[in-house]
Amino acid sequence: MKVSGKVNGDFVFKGITVLFAFSILVIIAVMVVEMVDQSLPAIKKFGWSFVTGRDWDAVQESFGALPFVWGSVVSSLLALLLATPLAVGTALFITEIAPKKFGAVVAALVELLASIPSVIYGLWGVLVMAPWLQSTIQPFLIDKFGFLPFFTGAPYGVSMLAAVFILMIMVIPIITSLTKEVLLAVPQSQREAAIALGATRWEMIRMAVLPYGRSGILGAVILGLGRAIGETMAVTMVIGNTPQISLSLLSPAYTMPSVIANEFAEASSKLHGAALMEIGLILLAVTLAINVLARLLLWGMTRRAATGGAK
Amino acid sequence: MRTPSTRNLKNGFMILSMGVATLAVLLPLVIIFTHIVKMGFSSLSPDFFIHIPKPTGETGGGMANGMVGSFLLIALASGLGIPVGIFGAMYLVEYGGNRISGVIRFAADVLSGVPSIITGMVAYTLMVVPMKKFSALAGAVALALIMIPIVLRTTEEQLKMVPDTLREASLALGVPLWRTSLRVTLRSAMKGVLTGILLAIARIAGETAPLLFTALGNQFWSRKLTEPIAAMPLQIFNFAIAPYEDWHRLAWAGALVLVTLMFALSLTARYLGRSKYQS
Repeated sequence: MKVSGKVNGDFVFKGITVLFAFSILVIIAVMVVEMVDQSLPAIKKFGWSFVTGRDWDAVQESFGALPFVWGSVVSSLLALLLATPLAVGTALFITEIAPKKFGAVVAALVELLASIPSVIYGLWGVLVMAPWLQSTIQPFLIDKFGFLPFFTGAPYGVSMLAAVFILMIMVIPIITSLTKEVLLAVPQSQREAAIALGATRWEMIRMAVLPYGRSGILGAVILGLGRAIGETMAVTMVIGNTPQISLSLLSPAYTMPSVIANEFAEASSKLHGAALMEIGLILLAVTLAINVLARLLLWGMTRRAATGGAK
Repeated sequence: MRTPSTRNLKNGFMILSMGVATLAVLLPLVIIFTHIVKMGFSSLSPDFFIHIPKPTGETGGGMANGMVGSFLLIALASGLGIPVGIFGAMYLVEYGGNRISGVIRFAADVLSGVPSIITGMVAYTLMVVPMKKFSALAGAVALALIMIPIVLRTTEEQLKMVPDTLREASLALGVPLWRTSLRVTLRSAMKGVLTGILLAIARIAGETAPLLFTALGNQFWSRKLTEPIAAMPLQIFNFAIAPYEDWHRLAWAGALVLVTLMFALSLTARYLGRSKYQS
């Protein structure tokens, strides 16, 4: 049976590749199923009040996730608000303004620094940035802007503000390199047409480059949001880990990944573990949704650029 | 002399703003980096590489157990994750082209955006709960789950670039597809595939969150893979948030070692660079 030997080899090969390729889908399915399954005790016990509740008390077994949802949403959105203009500006500088070689150096630097692990940003954040915020920035804000509800209280150092800053520093490289890819996919003819019509460099960017890359840039920013919401170590180290809802950026706060990082290994009871699992489930649902949306936007953009020349 | 129009003024202003934005982005990153180098360098000593952490209150000690632990975790995770990624990519390239391969590609991209702490929770329910204890194996599974989508997508990109004529030549000689894939296609794309693997290793080498409740960490030398194991990122985390000056010193030294490893991996990946078929 010489022939079947060969057929078998291909059969086995195809079997293995199919199995491993489909394992991606299995992993996602297992993630969702396991996390729903493990959160069931908390879902059954608290229902919707889990998301609206403000209490987090392991001793009384009363669990509400609102302070963590609040902390995650506020820290991520503020970080993104600060990071986006800087990141897009840098990407534009790299692709449209800087000489090619210099732009490449800046891009490589940004990417290299993006590879620094989160725990090291956290180390710097807690030992260098937070004390600096406490001694200079926060007293200044309290003194000059203390009449605003955002800058009231005492300067603790570790705070929502520290989390916003560290997240901003961490998501900028991600948004910059993705936006750079998007801008590189904008056809050169778009730029040439604008320049030929007598546009200045900025007018070319505003009228030809940005509109063409809009959905891709939006995708990059949303992907940055996904990273910010899921970021765990650096935030855990600088945010102060206090489950409270405060308008003041100077007070300590807490996020969804942080509470999981701090409490999961030593969850005191079954219900406590299930409550943390449910927070993880919310986080998973949010990041899956964000990633699907961002990937669709980015794919649409690069696919249009790939086929745009032919059509 | 022509007075500049408002259009030109605006142009100059916007270009200047982009330059300022770039500076504002690079400055904190460079400050952090130089800080790590400065603090790390002054804290490094031969002890760091050969001793385990001293108990609270005693000075000195090192992170030797963390370094060995990290190495073991990375090796185990690579053993689990790399084959899955590479063979999965072969499916997409050799048998793909249908709708399901688009779904798998998309799923891999989405999976790589799932926060790593979630990966840790899943590894916890799959490994720690049934085994009833934290272990190096559970940590490796968590890290492997992070590696798979990265290796799969980078390998796929590289395999796609191997010209079909190479495959056809091999198939025409009567070599079965599986041997063609392994001996011709994969070998031709090897450099690029290695690049992807190095980047995936760089990514997991610094991961901390998924190890918090899988590998857990260990103050001493770990003897068994079914027991908790020390890892450098975990040690850096614990030392950084502790109130002891001496532990902070160790954390900085650890950070320098880790960052050096990251940069070495990224630079090697960059050097191995692109597939020879890339334009």
